[in-house]
Amino acid sequence: MARVGVFVCWCGSNIAKTVDVEKVAEAASKMPSVAYATHYKYMCSEPGQNLVKQAIEEHKLTRIVVASCSPRLHEPTFQRCISEAGLNPYMLEMANIREHCSWVHEDKEAATQKAIDLTAMAVAKAIRNEALSQQEIPLTKTALVIGGGVAGIQAALDIANAGYQVTLVERTPSIGGRMAQYDKTFPTLDCAACILTPKMVDCASNPNIRIMSYSEVENVSGFVGNFDITIRRRARSIDMAKCTGCGVCYEKCPVKLPSEFDEGLGQRRAIYVPFPQAVPNVPVIDREKCRKFLDDKCGACQKLCPADAVDYTQEDELITERFGAIVVATGFQTWDPAEYGNLGYGIYPDVITGLQFERLINASGPTDGKLVRPSDHTVPKNVVFISCIGSRDDEHGYPYCSKVCCMYNAKHALLLKEKNHDAQAYVFYTDIRANGKGYEEFVRRAIEKYGAIYLRGRVSRVFEMDGKLYVRGVDTLAGKPVEIEADMVVLASAMEAQPDAKDLARKLGISVDEYNWFSEAHPKLRPVEVLTAGIYLAGACQYPKDIPDSVAQASGAASKVLGLFSKPNILSEPMVAEVNEDNCVGCLLCKEVCPYTAIEAKVLVDRNGNPIKTVSSVNEGLCHGCGTCVAACRSSSIQLRGFKDNQILAEIDALAFSE
Amino acid sequence: MKYAYFPGCSLHSTASEYDLSTKAVCRELGIELEEIPDWNCCGATSGHSLNKEVGIALPLRNLAKAEEMGLDVVTPCAACFNRLKSADDIVKRDPAMLALMAEKYGVNYKGTVNTLSLLSVVYGLGVEAIQSHVKRELAGLKPACYYGCLLLRPPDVADFDDAENPISLDELMGSLGAEAVKWPYKTECCGASLSLSKSEIVVKLTHDILSMAKRSGANCIVTACPLCQGNLDMRQSQVEAKYGEEFGLPIFYFTQLMGAAFGLPDSSLGFNKLMVNPGAVLAAVGSEGK
Repeated sequence: MARVGVFVCWCGSNIAKTVDVEKVAEAASKMPSVAYATHYKYMCSEPGQNLVKQAIEEHKLTRIVVASCSPRLHEPTFQRCISEAGLNPYMLEMANIREHCSWVHEDKEAATQKAIDLTAMAVAKAIRNEALSQQEIPLTKTALVIGGGVAGIQAALDIANAGYQVTLVERTPSIGGRMAQYDKTFPTLDCAACILTPKMVDCASNPNIRIMSYSEVENVSGFVGNFDITIRRRARSIDMAKCTGCGVCYEKCPVKLPSEFDEGLGQRRAIYVPFPQAVPNVPVIDREKCRKFLDDKCGACQKLCPADAVDYTQEDELITERFGAIVVATGFQTWDPAEYGNLGYGIYPDVITGLQFERLINASGPTDGKLVRPSDHTVPKNVVFISCIGSRDDEHGYPYCSKVCCMYNAKHALLLKEKNHDAQAYVFYTDIRANGKGYEEFVRRAIEKYGAIYLRGRVSRVFEMDGKLYVRGVDTLAGKPVEIEADMVVLASAMEAQPDAKDLARKLGISVDEYNWFSEAHPKLRPVEVLTAGIYLAGACQYPKDIPDSVAQASGAASKVLGLFSKPNILSEPMVAEVNEDNCVGCLLCKEVCPYTAIEAKVLVDRNGNPIKTVSSVNEGLCHGCGTCVAACRSSSIQLRGFKDNQILAEIDALAFSE
Repeated sequence: MKYAYFPGCSLHSTASEYDLSTKAVCRELGIELEEIPDWNCCGATSGHSLNKEVGIALPLRNLAKAEEMGLDVVTPCAACFNRLKSADDIVKRDPAMLALMAEKYGVNYKGTVNTLSLLSVVYGLGVEAIQSHVKRELAGLKPACYYGCLLLRPPDVADFDDAENPISLDELMGSLGAEAVKWPYKTECCGASLSLSKSEIVVKLTHDILSMAKRSGANCIVTACPLCQGNLDMRQSQVEAKYGEEFGLPIFYFTQLMGAAFGLPDSSLGFNKLMVNPGAVLAAVGSEGK
């Protein structure tokens, strides 16, 4: 027989002002199974807690109801309190008579009756509470970082430096990501390579980091602490152990192709390293373009390689390993501005993207850093930069702001003048969004010291006539149409999610938003986590971010991983779903609706190992106890511990039959 | 292939050569046109600017009549197309408006009609199908293809070609053996109906278009809109006088040039209705036989 103790809190005047706490305690004392009821000014204070502990002992209480504030605030406090007095912490039930009652009512009599009802519900449930205990789940203390851009690199270094093993998977032949393509970085004008390449080298030399470039995540199963990941190491056609990175192979390769790293402005070979500072500095053969693979000709690279490292017979390798945590840092791609038929991108060679401009001014770029027009290699004088290409534009691109363009437009306007003192930058903008440390000052510098002309308005048309580009737009501040004779036009094309972000999300069991950016667990308070435990986000795979934000989030993600790894193992929350296997018919509707991929099919077998039937099975490591499966189950075969049907129905009965 | 034909007011008056050549070309291509009986004004400009409901009711009545015929609508005029298609789009998105149209204006439309511009229907036949009708290639003809501002806008309603950088008319001209010039003013505004109320604006805008066409190497302009054609053709001498520039650019409807390439008689194409004499340009082009 349960012996319930009820403890009504005044919360100073927070509750007592609107609720007659004495009357609540008195009414509670007459409720079924209640052995003791009292009230106190601050139940959460030390004397209040001692009151609870003493009562447990004196009155041999087995269930406790605290009628006070929201369980979100003090449930852990009172769970600890009663477990110190020898009760199972899940024998606690809270009646929220503050947020749900005193704070929202004025009529004291009615509020008091409501408080009594809420308490009665809690008592009815408490009688049916079961002792629950947390399960220990093993924890593999190695991390997987997906994506080798600056965010992935930072996360990998932070985790590795704390002493844990990290595998850094990168899809392209080298780590470095977008940042490796940039020339200088706003607002300090640090050379991107100068600050990034040392970090890339650190990754390569750190004994705790294993870089798997030219590799992709193929399959993910398991759960926090125990993710089983299959990684596809694509055939590089080079023996990485033998290659010395001498470069003879690609110097002699006869196949010339547009370089992805140079945004199509430069060339690479069929065997190539994407850029000089690549890590690993080992080439890769593009099998779709290499003559050896296309028509079994050439073979020059193999003949010339002094280390005998070229291996045409290499095959993709699938590696499956267990990881405890995953950091997703897969970055972004740039939106294709050819969508705008009026801006001439893809039609006129001197209409380029911001990223192409970066390559044109980069010392290791296709022109060795000499800023010239792609069409005729002359030095451009008038350059027009156009903001919000595909950003803040429902019609053609995305409604969101890509966040970095205002800053890199200012940077480009400034660098243009540094490259050529006679040049003139024009910037068409919607608003100047320069909210970061030193950002606004940087834009002012571009305008005031470097004479960039900022025009607030959009461009209606770019066209070419007699070798000149004409940019027509409107200056909305002057209220006049403008036409600029330009030598080059640079489009600040939007950042958008990776084309296969949704596929990766499906593999990982995480969600994406309407633009395919990965969704965080909470936009303000849990920006680094996703709803699936053990998976964290870093960088622009979540939404457009600049380098400082990406790096900060990467360190945030790393610290989340380290927080997880700091414990010997994982304790599971006991309030999770459980399946009544006798009743379950195996329709697996619960599996369909589960947002955490926590439910799987399980085949029950008899003693001879013959299958009897299929039932649902809950993975307690993945289950968050949301209850969606419970609502979906047609035969009530799946129940949420701590919120079972009999408990909830008892609460409803207590309310329905109150006077 | 049969359509309900909506000529609109222009094609029955100032642009009768567009009507004439449309019918001739469609006959040649096997496109049957049945004029909507008792059609009314599409509601362009004044109608929809002054009263939104009337601006929808007018075109919708025409669509309702086409619905009775059981046919999709084709119209050569860009303004008619815009009004018909917009009204259709509005009532398809807004059932309350559709109900109001029946209740208040007695227009009973179910929403089963698809509205098409003549250009999209002809272009939809495909370049090869059109080429098979060509008897006289328009070699040497260098048209600037001028789509105007209305034909392809708003893009999600018009639902045809790229609104900013269209190519259908250029490809169509190519299939006739003409060399469409590359030029940037394909979709600039000609001033349209401001021709009467603010003619000085139209003179400036048409000047810009004519001069860009000339600069781009065109020897004529081809249009798919009676307002564009009217402004560029009728205002041309005025523009020449005001700016002191000689253009001499004939302004054709695309159907007239198709008819010429198909070897249809001039009398069925209405060249004599054009203000800028196309005689010299037409005489210089073409190679017999194909």
